[in-house]
Amino acid sequence: MKTGLKLGLAFSGMLVAFPAMFFAAPALSDELNMVCSNEQDWCDLMVANFEAKTGINVAMVRKSTGETLAQVRAESSNPKIDIWWGGTGDPHLVAAQEGLTQASGVDTSELQDWAVNLSNISDGKTIGIHLGVLGVAYNTEVLAEKGLNPPACWMDLTKAEYKGEIQVANPNSSGTAYTELATIVQVFGEDEGFKILKDIGENVNQYTKSGSAPSKAAGRGETTISIGFQHDMIKLAIAGFPLAIVTPCEGTGYEVGGVSIIAGAKNLDSAKKWVEYVISAEAQNHGPEVNVFNVPSNKNATIPKEAPPIASLKLIDYDFATYGSSETRERLLARWDAEVGDPN
Amino acid sequence: MKKTAIIWQIIGLLGALLFPWYMVQGGFFSFGWVGGIFSDPENASAFAQGLLHQKWWLITSLLPLVGTALALLFIKNTKLLAKFLVMISIAGLVLIFAQGFIVSRTGARIFADLFVGGAGEAGQVGFGAGAFVVLFSQLFILTTGFSGLGKGRGDAFIVGLIGLIVSLVGVFVFFPVSHILIQAFEGPEGSLGLSEFFDNFTSSRIWGVRCLYEAKSCGTAWNSLFLAIMTGAGTTLLGLAFALIATRTNFRAKRLLRVLTIIPIITPPFVIGLALILLFGRSGMVSEFLNDYFDVEKTRWLYGFWGIYIAQLLSFTPIAFLVLIGVVEGVSPSMEEASQTLNGDRWQTFRFVSFPLMRPGLANAFLLGFIESMADFGNPLVLGGNYSVLSTEIYFSIVGAVANSGKAATLAIVLLSMTLGAFLVQRMWLGKKSYATVTGKGDSGQHASLNPLLRGFCYATAIPWAIFTVIVYTMIVFGSFVKLWGYDHSFTFAHYIRAFSINFTDGIRFTGVAWDSYFTTLTISSIAAPLTTIVGLATAYLLVRQKFVGKQVFEFSTMLSFAIPGTVIGVSYILAFNVPPIELTGTSIILILVFVFRNMPVGVRGGIAAMSQLDKSLDEASITLGANSFTTVRKIIVPLMGPAILAALTYSFVRAITSVSAVIFLVSAKHNMATSFIIGRVENGEFGIAIAYSTVLIVTMLSVILLLQFIIGKRRLRRENRIQKHTKNKVAQA
Repeated sequence: MKTGLKLGLAFSGMLVAFPAMFFAAPALSDELNMVCSNEQDWCDLMVANFEAKTGINVAMVRKSTGETLAQVRAESSNPKIDIWWGGTGDPHLVAAQEGLTQASGVDTSELQDWAVNLSNISDGKTIGIHLGVLGVAYNTEVLAEKGLNPPACWMDLTKAEYKGEIQVANPNSSGTAYTELATIVQVFGEDEGFKILKDIGENVNQYTKSGSAPSKAAGRGETTISIGFQHDMIKLAIAGFPLAIVTPCEGTGYEVGGVSIIAGAKNLDSAKKWVEYVISAEAQNHGPEVNVFNVPSNKNATIPKEAPPIASLKLIDYDFATYGSSETRERLLARWDAEVGDPN
Repeated sequence: MKKTAIIWQIIGLLGALLFPWYMVQGGFFSFGWVGGIFSDPENASAFAQGLLHQKWWLITSLLPLVGTALALLFIKNTKLLAKFLVMISIAGLVLIFAQGFIVSRTGARIFADLFVGGAGEAGQVGFGAGAFVVLFSQLFILTTGFSGLGKGRGDAFIVGLIGLIVSLVGVFVFFPVSHILIQAFEGPEGSLGLSEFFDNFTSSRIWGVRCLYEAKSCGTAWNSLFLAIMTGAGTTLLGLAFALIATRTNFRAKRLLRVLTIIPIITPPFVIGLALILLFGRSGMVSEFLNDYFDVEKTRWLYGFWGIYIAQLLSFTPIAFLVLIGVVEGVSPSMEEASQTLNGDRWQTFRFVSFPLMRPGLANAFLLGFIESMADFGNPLVLGGNYSVLSTEIYFSIVGAVANSGKAATLAIVLLSMTLGAFLVQRMWLGKKSYATVTGKGDSGQHASLNPLLRGFCYATAIPWAIFTVIVYTMIVFGSFVKLWGYDHSFTFAHYIRAFSINFTDGIRFTGVAWDSYFTTLTISSIAAPLTTIVGLATAYLLVRQKFVGKQVFEFSTMLSFAIPGTVIGVSYILAFNVPPIELTGTSIILILVFVFRNMPVGVRGGIAAMSQLDKSLDEASITLGANSFTTVRKIIVPLMGPAILAALTYSFVRAITSVSAVIFLVSAKHNMATSFIIGRVENGEFGIAIAYSTVLIVTMLSVILLLQFIIGKRRLRRENRIQKHTKNKVAQA
């Protein structure tokens, strides 16, 4: 009986606390609700700087691009988010195509061509904020232990000596891997490209679900070679993992990170101010403070010395309009499934 | 009956008159609405909205409330009154929801002609306090009316409870889940059709059987099913071994064992996977060791079925243990003594008496393990390799590069049908036998101790497993104190300082980056846990003790939200609760609700297992002595349910802290959760801070659990829980 009494007390205490939260309504004026798909520290720093500059109160949560896109879709009838900042451009373009985002109409004259290009193909609905270069990384210790040569080109990855040593994500689930697929198709042509992908596939030990997983596995020596974005690899290398980064000699592709205002945003003016702020040189210069080493989109911003040296790299002329369209994407993925394919 | 109905009637009228009908800016408990309860068009109560602010449709939906009041005043015939109450309150509920769905935020969705001009075109926001009070009063007037008609033996409490739980499950499980399942039948242009569904459903990626005759992997459905059966069986076996050691042997380190079995459920999911990689991965410690000293080749064997299986055994054994310990304890010693008196030896006693009496526990433990494995998402993601399962496929159908909600919904249906299958098999195995062993009859018995072979078997399974758990957790704690887990093992406090630093210079300021989500997580889970327990055990009580139409369907429906992967639940909650009438996205309440209804099945299963053991004559004795069923529950059943309550509380508290997939979509800027914070750090490669945070969470949860155990204490079924001495047994047999 004593037990019952104690329980009763505990429960009633909780029951009193419960309704206290029940009728808390969201949304107050003069603030900004943001989903940030960049690195957490970068999100925090930008929010702090923006709040100090404008006095607008930013409520921010970090979510990956796929999760954000799914949420924006689900909420489209009554959006709770005003702005979506960061992450690869692809899902931003998808959101623009589906009418989930709106044009911000801010001045893009200070931006690099590739950033303006992203804005143009999306009718101004998403604007480029940074550039991330696709690359190959290998674990120097494991490579030496196995007595393998470091790869330098895409073609090298097809060599039989790397059997079971390469890891890359599955393009059906990962935007990173889709960029790799599209890059190889653009460098070598479609038929030749798929042959190379199939040959690389012979060496792949696992197609991971997430795009950044292969490089993490390479850092720990769970795989020898990984394919992914270089800024992910640089971060792991700076954290201390024995990773060396290679830009394939035939040329490589890249992604442009985007910022978009959600259609039906409740704090439109604040959202526009955010877009203006994050594409300014002043804001982008803070990146290296929190280990963000991608290439900023403002011409006047300083490029961090750790960033991939895009001037000396062989970047292909990545065709976002074609390879970002859902039609091409579905066709290429269907072909990938049929010819390269996950083992299941 | 009439008295109860009158009380609810008064509550309902107060709700319609004095509480704001709509959601209030700044929250109900800011009480900013008090001044404007009649005059303010945003904060006014329903009657004021209807009469003064042109929301005439609210008046029509409130008329039934007036109707029931009149019925209560003027109808004297009890049967007739009950009939009227039922009919009018049903009309009330229907009308209130109908207006909520018809008039949305942007105006009327259908019957637009009716709402031309004025407030109707402007639309309305979601339900607020007033609406909920009125809805509850109508619901309980309805159930009181039903009991007045003689349903449920005329017991207003029971009928009310059934009504309450049915409507809660309906609103917070069926309503959202139907939003997403319907997408399985949606064609490309939003048309509804079966062809799309069958194309997806019959895909060879789901049902392929190539693994049987060539070196390819099978369809995801077979993979999931095989894994779930193995995990269900494995966790039940391990859980039983632990439970037997804890209750039937004189093992010295019992307390330690209990703590060990609890730790895995309090671990954020990906952490176990990571620890396993560092031990058994290609460059893991054990692999390196075996390679150096025994020349065993380093392989990637961990990535695939075995990795997921080991991780799931580690993670889910505690659930089986929590369900089984109460059941094993509850088996009546007098039954065992009877067996021994009839010259049964210890093995026969266990095999033919104790074991069959444990069947409800075993069946429920297996079902939970099966479902958990099916819906598990963290472990397959980290360790899955090329062994793909339904839950990860569903996740990436929703958030992947090519989002396809139709495919996700189809896969969810596949997953649900497997769960339904497991549920039916479980029902068949249990049959209609009685498992009651806790009776009112006095017994001073002692539990039979285990026979040596069985005891040896228990030790042989449980102890290596316990040691393994210790190693894994030592690794995790170790990882939080080193610079770079798995690579640079120099000692550092840096991760803790970054996450949990406190500044004492002017007052206490929590400057660490993790504090915010830490406090939110603790608040939300400590609100969700007792609610989950209440809802879960109340449901179990209804299922075991009461008879009503559609009980089987009701039972399965309570399992629904648990069986669906979190991702699907998360998206379905956004789809359902982002728009009026029930608008909850962006609040903390949506997180609480998702936890309550996602975790209640554990309370239900545990409650059913424990309650099947309580002899019905205990309730009957109480009722015969004049207590009503509420008093019986409070004074007889609740005290005897100690372990089940503890299990449910513990589990729901912990699950609210460690669950990932459901909350990813539901966390908002103001209410961020620990797991979503940790996942973000892991994605970013900052393992140190993620593991330091996990360690702090583990310690927090462990303290809470020990505190709970201390408060609730042990139920004392008998004067003493003793186990027979071996010698005595020999004498008995001699």
